[in-house]
Amino acid sequence: MTASTPTAHGPAGHADHHAEPSFLRKYVFSTDHKVIAIQFLFYSLFFLLVGGALAMLIRWQLGFPGQPMPGAGVLGDDAAPGGVIAPKFYIGLVTMHATYMIFFAVMPLLVGTFANYLIPLKIGAPDMAFPRLNMWSFWLMIPAGVLALAGLVVEGGSAAAGWTAYAPLANSPDYTGVTGGQVLWCLSIAVFAASSLLGSVNYITTIINMRAPGMVWFRLPLSVWALFITAILAILAVPILAGAVIMLLFDQILHTHFYLPAVGGQPLLWQHLFWFFGHPEVYILILPAMGIVSEIIANGSRKPIFGYHTMVYAICGIAFLGWMVWGHHMFQSGMNPILGTSFMVSTVLIAVPTAIKVFNWMGTMWRGRLWLHTPMLNAIAFVAMFVIGGLSGIFMASTPVDMYIHDTYFIVAHIHYVLFGGSLFAIFAGIYFWFPKMFGRMMNERLGKLHFWTTFVAYNATFFPMHLLGIAGHMRRIYDPNAYQFLQPLQPLNTFISVSAFALFAAQLPFIVNFFWSLFRGRPAGMNPWRDNGLEWTVPSPPPHGNFAHTPRVLHGPYEFSHPDTVEDFLPQDQPLPARPGA
Amino acid sequence: MRHWWFPESASSYAGDLDSLFYLILYITGAVFLVVEAGLLWFVIRYRRRPVAAAPGAAEPKAYYIEGSAAAEIIWTMIPAVLVVLVAVLSQGLWYHLKDGAPSNATPIGVMVKQFEWQFTMAGADGRLGTDDDITRKDHLTVQVDQAYQLELQSIDVIHSFFVPAFRLKQDAVPGMTTRAWFRATRIGEYEVACAELCGLGHYRMPARLVVLSAEDFTRWQAAEAPPPPPPGGGGGGSGQ
Repeated sequence: MTASTPTAHGPAGHADHHAEPSFLRKYVFSTDHKVIAIQFLFYSLFFLLVGGALAMLIRWQLGFPGQPMPGAGVLGDDAAPGGVIAPKFYIGLVTMHATYMIFFAVMPLLVGTFANYLIPLKIGAPDMAFPRLNMWSFWLMIPAGVLALAGLVVEGGSAAAGWTAYAPLANSPDYTGVTGGQVLWCLSIAVFAASSLLGSVNYITTIINMRAPGMVWFRLPLSVWALFITAILAILAVPILAGAVIMLLFDQILHTHFYLPAVGGQPLLWQHLFWFFGHPEVYILILPAMGIVSEIIANGSRKPIFGYHTMVYAICGIAFLGWMVWGHHMFQSGMNPILGTSFMVSTVLIAVPTAIKVFNWMGTMWRGRLWLHTPMLNAIAFVAMFVIGGLSGIFMASTPVDMYIHDTYFIVAHIHYVLFGGSLFAIFAGIYFWFPKMFGRMMNERLGKLHFWTTFVAYNATFFPMHLLGIAGHMRRIYDPNAYQFLQPLQPLNTFISVSAFALFAAQLPFIVNFFWSLFRGRPAGMNPWRDNGLEWTVPSPPPHGNFAHTPRVLHGPYEFSHPDTVEDFLPQDQPLPARPGA
Repeated sequence: MRHWWFPESASSYAGDLDSLFYLILYITGAVFLVVEAGLLWFVIRYRRRPVAAAPGAAEPKAYYIEGSAAAEIIWTMIPAVLVVLVAVLSQGLWYHLKDGAPSNATPIGVMVKQFEWQFTMAGADGRLGTDDDITRKDHLTVQVDQAYQLELQSIDVIHSFFVPAFRLKQDAVPGMTTRAWFRATRIGEYEVACAELCGLGHYRMPARLVVLSAEDFTRWQAAEAPPPPPPGGGGGGSGQ
C-alpha cells in the first residue's frame, strides 16, 4: 500500500467501531497504542528504579568493601550475612542490574513506550496495524518481568553469570552455585523475546502501510525512521537471542551439551550467538534515542534538522554495520587474530555515521534560537555524553589496546556513557517532551531543571572516574578489589564513585515527584505547548481514541522551523506554506 | 594518584601498546574538545533571551538552513581518515601481540579452574612434558628478557589470564588451548588476575608472577627442580 492510499483501517470507518469501551478494555487490556505506551512507561520506570536500587547495593560493596550496609539486614543471611553483601549475592546483583536495565527498562522505554506512542501519532494513523498483537506484546512483558524478579527471591539466589550469561558458567549450578535462578533468567529472556518480536512486527507493518497521505518516506520524522530501522534490527536479532537462550535452557534442564566442551559442545558458540544478537541490540538501545534527540534538538533550536537525508542514511549505515561487529566483544577469546582485524575495521567504521549524526546535531544548533527547555537540556546532554561513549569505543575497537582494557572498568565506563549518558538522557528528554501529550499536563520546569543538573553532575562524577579505574587495570565484576594489591590504591576512587552514585540515585527524586505531581496538578498543556511540527501536536492532549478526527494530509517535512515565509517560527506538517507575496 | 593510571610497564610490548593508547587518546581528545566546546559555545551564543516566554512571532527567527553538502563531506571524511589511521596503526601491533612469539620462546602450561591457577614451567631443558617440569599453584617464575609462550587450558569455565604490568590478557576456554606470549623486561614481582567472570570466587584469583635475573633464575630452577627419578624406578611420573 502506498502512502497516498487511504488505509483500510482509516478513521472514516474507525469511529463506528469505537463505542466507549469498558474500564478493563480501556485501561488494562487495552488495544489503544497510547494506553499501551503508557503501560510500558510505568512498567519500565518501575524496573529502572529496581535496577538503580541494585546498583546502589553494588556501589556500597565497592565503595565500602566488607562493611555492613545500613539496612541490609532485610536482605537475609544468605545474601548479606551480618549486613555484609556476600560474593554470590554480589554477582547476582551485577547480573540482575544489567538484565533489568537493558531488557526491562531501557529497551521497553524506547521501543515499548516511545515506539508505541509516537509511531501512529507521528505518521497520522489511528492506531497500530495489529492492535491486539500490540496488547500481547505488553502483557507478555508481565510474565517476563515476574520471572526476572522471581530470581531475587527464589532459593539459591538469582542468576549469577553476568547479563552476558557466558557458557559454560551459566550452564550448571556446579559452576555458579545458583540453582533455579539461572533457569528463571533464561525463561524470562525467552518470554521477553516473544514480546519484543510482536512489537517489532507491528511497528514495521504500521510504518510501511499506515502513513497518512503525503507522509512519504523522506517526510518521516527522524524518530520514526530510527524506530523503523530499530524494529528491523530487533526482528532479525532477537530470535537469535531466543534461540541461544533456549539452547542454554536445554543444556541446563535437559542436559544437552550445546555449550559444554566435555561432550562436544563449544563455549564460544554462545559468545558468537549472544553477541550476534548483542551488538545489534546496542543499536536497538541507541537508535531510537538518537531519533528522539533529533526531534527535540530541532524543536529547541527552532531550526530544521541539519542534513535530514544524511541523518537517515547515517541511521541505516549504523544499523547495517552493526551486524558486522559482534566479534569485537571477543578479541581476547581465542578467536583467530585475522578475524579480529576484520572486526576492528568494521567497528571503527561505525564511528563515521555516528560522527555524522553528532555534527548534524551541532549544525542544527548553530545559529539557532535555542529554547533551553528541560527536554532540550537533556537532549544536548545526550549529545555531549554520547560523544564520550562513542570516542571511548575507539580505544576498545583498537585490538591491541583492547587486550589491556578488555573486561576492565573502562568498558563499564563506556557502556554507561552510551546507555545512561546516551539512551537514558534521551529517554528523560522524551518523557519531559511528550508527557504533556500523554497526560495533557506540563511537567514542572523548575523541578525538571533541578533533576537535569543534579543528574548531569552526579552522573559524570559517577562514571567518568571509571575510565581511570580501567586504565589502572581494575577488572569488572570484582566483588572485592582489595583481593589484589595493585587495586588497593584505587579504593579512594571507588569510594568517591560510590558516593557519587548515591547522589545520582537521590537526584532522581525530583523526577519522581515531578512526574506524579504533574500527572494531577501540572499546568494544562494545550494542544502544542512546544510549538512543534509533528502531527501529534495537531490533536488534543491527550489525543482521543483513534487519534485524528480526520486523516491528516501531510504537506512537507517535519522540521520547518523558522521558515522565512511563515509568521510563526514553526509550521505543523499538515499546514501549507503561505504563498510567497508576489510569487 | 600515581596509581590511578597505567601500572608500570614490564613487558617488551607494553610500551608500544601504551603509545597506541596515547595516540588514540590525543585523537579522540581533540574531537572531544571540539565537540564539547562547540556545544557549550552554541548554548551560550545562541540561547534565546529571555527564556521565560514562549517564542513570539515578532522576535527574530533562527537562521533557516536545511544542511550543507560541503559540511557533510568534510565531517564524513575527517572521521573516516582518522579511524582508518587508528585501524592501520593497530594492525601491526595486533599481530605482534597475538602471533609474535619468537621461535625460541620457552613454553609454560597454564591450567586454570575455579578459583586457582596452576603453572607448569619448563626445567633446564626448556621443554614441557619432561621430568624436570616445575608445577606451582598460583605462582609463576620467569627469567627477564626471555620470551615465554603460554598454553592456556581451563578445566571448568572461561577464565582470563591478565597481567596488568605486561598489558597481557588472554581467555582460557574449556575444550580449547589458547596461546599468548610475553617477554618480561623488568625484574620484580607482578600480579596475575582473572579478568573473566568465572563464578563467585572470581574476585580472589591473584597469582604471583616473579621475574628474576638470569643468574637468580638458574639458581631458582635448580633449587625448585623435582628430584631426578630413582634409577630403575619406573621411568618417572610425568612421562606416563
